[in-house]
Amino acid sequence: MSAERGLRMSMVEAGTALAFALAGMAAIGDSLRIGTGWGTDGPKSGTFPFWIGLILVAASAGTLVQAVRARTESGLFASWAQLRLVASVLVPTVVYVAAIPSTGIYVASAALVAWFMHRLGGFGWARSAAAGIGVALACFLVFEIWFLVQLPKGPLETALGY
Amino acid sequence: MEELGLLMQGFGVVLEPQNLLLMLVGIALGVLIGVLPGLGGANGIAILLPLTFAMPPVSAIIMLSCIYWGALFGGAITSILFNIPGEPWSVATTFDGYPMAQQGKAAEALTAAFTSSFVGAFVAIVMITFIAPVIAGFALRFGPPEFFAVMFLSFASFIGMSKGPALKTVCAMMLGFLLAAVGMDTVTGQLRMTFGSTEMIRGFDFLVAVIGLFGISEILCSIEDGLRFKGERAKIDAKVVLKVWVSLPKHWWLALRSSFIGCWMGITPAGATPASFMSYGVARRMAKDGASFGKGRIEGVIAPETAAHAAGTSALLPMLTLGVPGSPTAAVLLGGLIMWGLQPGPMLFVEQKDFVWGLIASMYLGNVVGLIVVLVAVPWFAAILRVPFSIIAAIILVVCAIGAFTVSNAEFDITLMLLFGVIGYVLKKLDYPLAPLVLALVLGDRTEEAFRQSLLISQGSLGVFFSNWLVSSIMAMGFALLLWPVVSWVLERISAHRSRTGAVVPREA
Repeated sequence: MSAERGLRMSMVEAGTALAFALAGMAAIGDSLRIGTGWGTDGPKSGTFPFWIGLILVAASAGTLVQAVRARTESGLFASWAQLRLVASVLVPTVVYVAAIPSTGIYVASAALVAWFMHRLGGFGWARSAAAGIGVALACFLVFEIWFLVQLPKGPLETALGY
Repeated sequence: MEELGLLMQGFGVVLEPQNLLLMLVGIALGVLIGVLPGLGGANGIAILLPLTFAMPPVSAIIMLSCIYWGALFGGAITSILFNIPGEPWSVATTFDGYPMAQQGKAAEALTAAFTSSFVGAFVAIVMITFIAPVIAGFALRFGPPEFFAVMFLSFASFIGMSKGPALKTVCAMMLGFLLAAVGMDTVTGQLRMTFGSTEMIRGFDFLVAVIGLFGISEILCSIEDGLRFKGERAKIDAKVVLKVWVSLPKHWWLALRSSFIGCWMGITPAGATPASFMSYGVARRMAKDGASFGKGRIEGVIAPETAAHAAGTSALLPMLTLGVPGSPTAAVLLGGLIMWGLQPGPMLFVEQKDFVWGLIASMYLGNVVGLIVVLVAVPWFAAILRVPFSIIAAIILVVCAIGAFTVSNAEFDITLMLLFGVIGYVLKKLDYPLAPLVLALVLGDRTEEAFRQSLLISQGSLGVFFSNWLVSSIMAMGFALLLWPVVSWVLERISAHRSRTGAVVPREA
């Protein structure tokens, strides 16, 4: 066993190839539903995606075979420590994206910046919060006022009259 | 010389004060984007594209293409000072650029990099000025079969010339085509692959995909290696610049050769990244003491930078003349053309003379301005990377989210962006190329349309793609490129069989 433990490359390789194949099959299935081949007014809607799906399934099957063959010599996709680091960025980002519809983008952005600075950067809460609010305010000025682009807003902006 | 007259008119457009200002803004933003991890030419432009809808198209393209030049310049800064390629095409610059910086010759390396970038771009622009109108004139005679053949050729060359495994290129490309097909079929009005979801009817916007694939995934990749950037310091003064400039002319042959490699690789949609590697490899092989490459040779900076910038610039040639972009960034610019209401393709040269020649003139001026800006402002741009990653990463994520939202004012697009980010992270780590995915997503609808129109002409017979010498020769070239991986694999097998001593034939990059 290698010194560092983590997700094996061959596992991810095979999983990705399978996902590609599934996407191809989904395309083939849907294309068959709406019809492939020659219709009354030219090629039917499903013709092009049908063939693309077929090529995708074939190519991912080939990749899968290569991945299975090379499974013994493949290294790590990422060590658990690396994956933890990735999760420390990804999980807050997922929460951020999920929060946008209810809180609006400005409040969520301020929270994201503050969280990153405090948790990943080791800054104090006061400085982190100040930076978060600063970024949100800057975005507000640039987009709502300068470029007149409407971004998603939540209860706070409504309370402030926007 | 009709081109020169038109070019002068173009300069007239560019020299309007508003456009000059936009050019400066674009260059500065571009260098910033090139320096920051997670923001590159393609997704930086994708984020800013929605903000340009209110501008006249020629002003918008000047700003956005200047962002592109700026990003090409900016990639060199991080490669040389921090050993982090800010852009994929500057990976090869790190090989000799960073050792030079460690030896205290950062200013020399940076000056050489910027100047050779400029030279590469200049050669490419001169080529565009004189060749683009010819190709556009030629392409005016193209019908749907020829257009399909050209797109087939460009996708085939991705498969034939890709560094990675050909099957993975095919997978990425086909996924792009499928994603492009999701939503309403523009020909029959039928819904495809929406699987009952109302959000999917709009289809996948490639701008959202680009922001996720290139932006979010880059953040995820760079976090893996920890949170700190360690870099060398550099300040460029006039003395160093002059010293390097005096020493550069003796490398004229290297620069010219690298420019040609770059131009060629940029026109065929192989792009700037392989061009920079190839040019570096050729420079090392042609040098008398090739072994000293990688230890801080100035040639090792000149070769990849010249080629990368030449390729990045000439990627706009097929985009302008045929509507087939040569790189992801050119693809995003092409998407911009469509959004501004311009029809990409050879008709641009007939109907939108101001636009085309304004753009070409802005390439000349933008690269001069870019060279001056980067030479003067390197310390400030390098200082940005000394801001803690935790702050930069959060701000980039926010900017990406805003960018994804503004594409079509849809909150669902932010979720999609995140999804594409995770997909991009996995694909990148597994060596799936992202450029063909993006190009297929951008060109999917137009490829399919050309394919269907061709079949309509021939009443369903595939023979239409071989009906005259023009379309047949383009298709034949495409098939030759498509089969190239198979041929080279067989050749490799044969030669490996012959020399059983274990000597492995080096694969060409």
